[in-house]
Amino acid sequence: MSLSVAKEKTNFKMDTSVVRPTAMHENRKIVFDTKDLNLWYGSTHALKDINLSVYEKEVTAIIGPSGCGKSTYLKTLNRMVELVPSVHTSGIITYNGREILSKNFKVEELRTSVGMVFQKPNPFPKSIYDNIAYGPRIHGIRNKKILDEIVEKSLRGAFIWDEVKDRLKENAYGLSGGQQQRLCIARTLAIEPDVILMDEPTSALDPKSTHKIEDLIQELKQDYSIIIVTHNMQQAARISDRTAFFLNGEVVEYDKTDTIFTNPSDRRTEDYISGRFG
Amino acid sequence: MALNSKLAKENNVQVREMIEQKQKSRSFLTIFEKIIPILLFLFATLSIITTIGIIYTLLIETIHFFSAVPIWDFFSGTNLKPLSQNPEFGVLPLLNGTIISSLIAMLVAGPIGLMAAIYLSEYASDKVRRILKPLLEVLAGIPTIVYGFFAFTFVTPVIRSIWPDVAATNILSPGIVMGVMIIPMIASLSEDAMNAVPNSIREGALAMGATKLESTFKIVIPAALSGIISSFVLGISRAIGETMIVTIASGSSKNFTFDITQSMQTMTAYIVEVAGGEAPAGSTIYYSLYAVAMTLFVFTLIMNLLARYISRKFREEY
Amino acid sequence: MKYVDAEQVKKRMNGRIIKNTIFKSSFLIATLFGLVVLTILIYRVFADGISWINWDFISGKLSTDANRAGIMGAILGTFWVMAVVAPVTMIIGIGTAIYLELYAKKGRLQAFIQTNIANLAGVPSIVYGILGLTIFVRAMDFGNIVLAGGFTLSLLVLPIVIVAAQEAIRSVPSHLSEASYGMGATKWQTIKNIILPAALPGILTGAILALSRAIGETAPLTVIGIPALLIPFPGGIWDKFTALPMQIYYWTLDSSLVEEYANLAAATIVVLLLLLFLLNSAAIIIRNKFQHRF
Repeated sequence: MSLSVAKEKTNFKMDTSVVRPTAMHENRKIVFDTKDLNLWYGSTHALKDINLSVYEKEVTAIIGPSGCGKSTYLKTLNRMVELVPSVHTSGIITYNGREILSKNFKVEELRTSVGMVFQKPNPFPKSIYDNIAYGPRIHGIRNKKILDEIVEKSLRGAFIWDEVKDRLKENAYGLSGGQQQRLCIARTLAIEPDVILMDEPTSALDPKSTHKIEDLIQELKQDYSIIIVTHNMQQAARISDRTAFFLNGEVVEYDKTDTIFTNPSDRRTEDYISGRFG
Repeated sequence: MALNSKLAKENNVQVREMIEQKQKSRSFLTIFEKIIPILLFLFATLSIITTIGIIYTLLIETIHFFSAVPIWDFFSGTNLKPLSQNPEFGVLPLLNGTIISSLIAMLVAGPIGLMAAIYLSEYASDKVRRILKPLLEVLAGIPTIVYGFFAFTFVTPVIRSIWPDVAATNILSPGIVMGVMIIPMIASLSEDAMNAVPNSIREGALAMGATKLESTFKIVIPAALSGIISSFVLGISRAIGETMIVTIASGSSKNFTFDITQSMQTMTAYIVEVAGGEAPAGSTIYYSLYAVAMTLFVFTLIMNLLARYISRKFREEY
Repeated sequence: MKYVDAEQVKKRMNGRIIKNTIFKSSFLIATLFGLVVLTILIYRVFADGISWINWDFISGKLSTDANRAGIMGAILGTFWVMAVVAPVTMIIGIGTAIYLELYAKKGRLQAFIQTNIANLAGVPSIVYGILGLTIFVRAMDFGNIVLAGGFTLSLLVLPIVIVAAQEAIRSVPSHLSEASYGMGATKWQTIKNIILPAALPGILTGAILALSRAIGETAPLTVIGIPALLIPFPGGIWDKFTALPMQIYYWTLDSSLVEEYANLAAATIVVLLLLLFLLNSAAIIIRNKFQHRF
């Protein structure tokens, strides 16, 4: 990666013209629009004045050192962060124009259209089939034929159908780590979300499985908007269209991935991607 | 591959639409979600209701009792003659029986339980411990009525063949058997306390050439003392509340005596005797049941709270 | 000059090692003491009772004639009590555990209920008997029927089930429930479909252990007033009943009058112990078979 960067220092606060790329990207629809988001765990200020727009059918990567708030931000987008009892937030996140942090927005509805893939593969201790059918079932789809179709379609979508089609009734724990993670992606696809959040989905996997997941992400982005948190900068560079760099709960820089990796405007971004800390 | 994925989304099944339709018709789900925690909370309150129920029933009838028998006579009286023409209701014979039987039990269970705990925690290999511990737990799983049978039909005759002065019903035999019953409890709780002492402390002593015995008595036991004492207190509480062994093997003599070869009655055995005797509701003897039960309840409650207090308050910070 | 005299240390070393060995053996003997007593107890019970066990004894009615006495009534009574205790403790115990672990806000109320449950576990069983006598038998006017005994024993063992269920629920890893929430499942859907199935083996083990504690309990039943007389076999939860431990109790008490009653008591103990053995084996099998795989 060439890092000859214009050493023009930006202000500590990031230039908002960079975060509001409507001008530079008018043909893409905004899926998630975050305005002045603050989040506290008890008295710990974990996210500070986040402003960020995520675009439809792109891969948006969030990078940053551990503890920078990148996972917290991701989990705010489907309000999974609320599982921590002492959390409170301020600011606005709109999803397709609707304000999701308001109490009126049902989390179940949000999470139905914003799927999530976790750091560690977490299939349920059930059969492969039941893992995929779980989502449709809780949403009231009981018809066996339709479920069969959904299961096949989702497994195909996650490129794992050929590996598991003969053992759909077997426990998902018999799969390898990489297969389990693709199963979890398939499980998310089963309810046809618009957005898929991925929280370091390859950090527990070997390089070969990682490669497969990355290929899969490239495929999925044709139909889904994907936001991926990763500690692996090469991964962000390889698969994402845009990259946000988080540090100490703030967005230091958010831009097209090419720009971030070749011509970052903030010194701290440059330090981070060149491996000087983190 | 691209085709594959396209196929995935554009299949004929329109999952999203189905889900959205279902969601509209499932508003009852939201109500259900709100009712569930209320229902579960009601279940959880049952434990509080039970406590209130116990205290309330005991208290009400005990107050009735004390309106007939002065409270001082009850707690200082050495005569318990509920069925005589001029009934007397001194609780001291029962307290005496309870304390003596518990003392005998603890003399058995305390040292043996602690020694077993030392062996299991400090000396036994993993393999031996894995065999011995569950076997010891079996002792705790035997119903007390079986111990009662054992005390009455086996231990008492054995004691009498050695020591002929011992009566057919006596406090010694059930006391010993109660002790055996409590051994696993003390052994297991004390062992937990000793296991909680970090190995680094132990190794510090052993590395200086201390024997296991020395490291145990000078390092491990002092460090685990609060847990050990609390296990003893729980053992006493268990002995005080134990019913069937003493009821069967110690008889129902209400004499105020310290002679362990003789029959004595404990508070628990008195309750069994009076309740089983179909005492008419409303009679003083019926109310005495509650006064004795209240005393028993307060005693065990204090012991249990004390045990918890000791193990919390004096817990060593490692 | 050295402060530690190597010679002295060496001299005393042998003594210290011998002392250690002696104590080690005494600790072992103490550990084995309980097991020796257990062996004698079981041997005595079997020696006294086994020859009295035959089909007539198992299936027969109670009788004052030792040679004709049977324990079918007590077996049925114990069975009906189990039929009350098992569902009552499972439903209320699991419900309470779910509330405390998954719904209750960590605070005073939750801590109060938790402390209260711990205290209830230490209340002597005979006190529950008095509660049962006052509330179920008299105030609710059930009389001394199976339901009254079953409710009383349920309250007695409820803390065991609650604590076991809480532990089982706590041991379900959070990443499973997160996956479920992440798909838009509601809280109850997640509990019902993910958490409870994963916690079930632990809950069942606890429930079975509680059940075996309940059917061995005698003291509360003596207070509730179980007749020693010949009563018809109980056919349901509304009937008067006797139970295996009560039968043991009465026969042991009267064994000083009729010697054979001791044998009847021993034979009944064998039956009770076998029942407990079966229950505990079931608990162990469940625990091993469905050991956590996540």
